[in-house]
Amino acid sequence: MATIKLDQLTKSYGPDEVLHHISGDINDGEFVVIVGPSGCGKSTLLRMVAGLETVTSGEISIGDKMVNEIEPADRDIAMVFQNYALYPHMSVGENMAYGLKIRKTPKDEITRRVNEAADILEIREYLGRKPRQLSGGQRQRVAMGRAIVRDPKVFLFDEPLSNLDAKLRVQMRLEIRKLQKRLGVTSIYVTHDQVEAMTLGDRLMVLNGGYVEQFDTPIELYERPASIFVAGFIGSPAMNFLTATGGDGLVVLDNGTALATSLKTSGAVIAGIRPEHLIQDPEGVLPVRVEMLEQLGANTLVHGVLDGTDTQIVASVTGIQSLPINDVVRFSPAPDELHLFDAKTEKRLS
Amino acid sequence: MVENRPLLSVISHLILIFGVALIALPIWITFVAATHDEARMLQAPIPMLPGGYFWENFKQTLFGSGLSGTEIAPVWRMLGNSLAMALMISLGKISISLISAFAIVYFKFPFRMGFFWLIFITLMLPVEVRIMPTFQVVANLGMLNSYWGLSIPLIASATATFMFRQVFLTIPDEMLESARIDGASPMRFFWDILIPLSRTNIAALFVILFIYGWNQYLWPLLITTDADMTTIVMSIKQMLEASEQSPQWNIIMMTALLAMIPPIFVVISMQKLFVQGLTETDK
Repeated sequence: MATIKLDQLTKSYGPDEVLHHISGDINDGEFVVIVGPSGCGKSTLLRMVAGLETVTSGEISIGDKMVNEIEPADRDIAMVFQNYALYPHMSVGENMAYGLKIRKTPKDEITRRVNEAADILEIREYLGRKPRQLSGGQRQRVAMGRAIVRDPKVFLFDEPLSNLDAKLRVQMRLEIRKLQKRLGVTSIYVTHDQVEAMTLGDRLMVLNGGYVEQFDTPIELYERPASIFVAGFIGSPAMNFLTATGGDGLVVLDNGTALATSLKTSGAVIAGIRPEHLIQDPEGVLPVRVEMLEQLGANTLVHGVLDGTDTQIVASVTGIQSLPINDVVRFSPAPDELHLFDAKTEKRLS
Repeated sequence: MVENRPLLSVISHLILIFGVALIALPIWITFVAATHDEARMLQAPIPMLPGGYFWENFKQTLFGSGLSGTEIAPVWRMLGNSLAMALMISLGKISISLISAFAIVYFKFPFRMGFFWLIFITLMLPVEVRIMPTFQVVANLGMLNSYWGLSIPLIASATATFMFRQVFLTIPDEMLESARIDGASPMRFFWDILIPLSRTNIAALFVILFIYGWNQYLWPLLITTDADMTTIVMSIKQMLEASEQSPQWNIIMMTALLAMIPPIFVVISMQKLFVQGLTETDK
């Protein structure tokens, strides 16, 4: 059990700074997901916590101990890799026991802990098999078993589910969540999948281009995104963005429509509204020319443009709807669901 | 071929049989010659069917003094020399290449690539090219007429180092990282992970290098003057020239047969691993 503290963490490869002054505190037993598009530095950040990458400047503390210069093996962490990194020539049991064996844990203690972990993960019957005789999902469990056996202070997950098929991914996602709650081990989980991030994390650290965009709970990220990037990244389908001009208690869209807001703004702003917050309404203020429909069964995605402009709009309406293509359908935004961002800084105007 | 055409089958079998005969005939003649007595072997035409002297020839060759009236050592002694030399060369080459490939792939040190290329360009300097200076060095070190002298100059191997480097490069980095998190020291990683993962490649290389070592001719010829240090491959040539009289073909051919056995044994016993080592890509 431990807290993790990141303080002004920076990473450079030669002259290129890839992570810029990352700070954040992770509480004891908390599950934090680092999420962002590929190349944002999320894996590098995780590997720095693991000790596989050096720290250019700043400090990482696990528990109350600064670990910058400590070897991965001595940080009391366990890591689950994307490709599992199981030792192919060792059986499942040996794979799980290897770390303990190196630490000279007594034999019966090793057996006890391996069996215990195998029971938790329901892989007891595979202990004698080689990794290549297992399916992807089973290998994933073994990789987690290898982490559990060590009874570490911190779990680190580096996109552990991305090699699994969609159905298994959903199932393993739930299992990881349950397991982490049960063991209560502080965990950091890296993924590029925002659904995975939203469902797993107590808090999410959204990274973009080496900067922390926002570090907050999933609901807060959804309801009060700190920037256009977060607003567009969290939620599916992505939020609609409309250029507008600010005013007192309202913003005026490019086609002249005024939308009510509780804020007083001025100059160029970006108005964001989620597809699920557009309500079909004959009296609505947003005329949308329908271009395409996506029928998902539970809801229908309406793709179109704001009539009179080129701005793409997606609306999500419940149930199966067949709206005529090329006609104008009117929507009105749900009250208080309008997000406003500064057009220049792309930050939230609150 | 999936299709069944009788003519094609006949032709391909004929070609295959011809090929097998071409390779097997000299070996058959060797075997037949080793089963006759000396007198029969000197008459023309040479026999094509085995005679009854196999065990006599076998005993005289292996345990007797080989050719009568010469200073050539008994064949068991030369087999032992060859075996020692081939094993020292192949095992030495494998251990040194494994360690140097490990250093080059997994450690960052100044001039790493420089060292790699230094090792690599020794490919251009086989024994034959550097034979005089090598002889000088070995002589000055007092290693003439010793197993060390026979094997050490042949041990450094760019080919094997290069091969192990390629093998290590196919092992995912996560394997190393995982071992680091598990707390394995570099040498522990080498023994517990790298060696078992390169097992099949080691076996394949062992087969190739054992035969390479076994077949050494020029180098042993140069540095052994003591009859007790003669290797079997060089002895065959010596036997042809040794005696005043005409060559004793039965004994010479028996020696040749005996010289073939250890390489064949190595190939057959390692065959499964050998094929895996050359073909498997899955790590």
